Amino acid sequence: MSFSRRQTLAIMAGSGLSVMLGGRMALATPTEELIANFTGGAEITGEGLTLTAPEIAENGNTVPVEVDAPGAESIILLATGNPNPDVGVFHFGPLAGAQMASTRIRLAGTQEVVAIAKMSDGSFARAAQEVKVTIGGCGG
Amino acid sequence: MAENVTPRVRVPKEAAAGEVITIKTLISHPMESGQRKDKEGNLIPRSIINRFTCTFNGETVIDVAMEPAISTNPYFEFQAKVPESGTFTFTWIDDDGSTYEDTKEIAVA
Repeated sequence: MSFSRRQTLAIMAGSGLSVMLGGRMALATPTEELIANFTGGAEITGEGLTLTAPEIAENGNTVPVEVDAPGAESIILLATGNPNPDVGVFHFGPLAGAQMASTRIRLAGTQEVVAIAKMSDGSFARAAQEVKVTIGGCGG
Repeated sequence: MAENVTPRVRVPKEAAAGEVITIKTLISHPMESGQRKDKEGNLIPRSIINRFTCTFNGETVIDVAMEPAISTNPYFEFQAKVPESGTFTFTWIDDDGSTYEDTKEIAVA
């Protein structure tokens, strides 16, 4: 089996790309960085955060997600497998009837959705849920 | 520039003093993620609503920072405490600087 010059170049470009991507995956920092920014490096030891997401989402373009953390000041939502893991931050004001919110998010593929809540006493709670996605939601 | 952006909000017309009510909001907006490509393979630039707030008589109920991972036609459901009669104000802030606003009155019986 012999490759033409064009094919060889294509293969080299392809493998170079996968090495770059692999290197980025190995560091796995974007999500951790976002979590560290949110918590200020504090340890996540608290409890009381519930993350509700479907186990299987047929369409990654609109996946219903609910976060609920009684006594939380704010909750950050992260999609660890998206090109850009931040999804949003919910801040609850004095007139929030409950520290819960639901919305619809995009998931690029099967991945873990993570939520971190900042409680009013300064502690942090974490919840995660694996969502299987049949059709990804980041276009392309 | 997003076109035909229409906010829709559902708030009960009345409540008891101190009651907790559920609010549902939906706004039509493409929420272009900045990840998609057009037919020629050019990246379509990001154009999303990046913030949503709900206040009641000037006090915050919820304030959401939004990223491109929020779906097209952003939907939010949340709960608010109603201490007195007044007005809910809902504001969406677009990447291009436009704001979309809706208000709803509620009466405390």
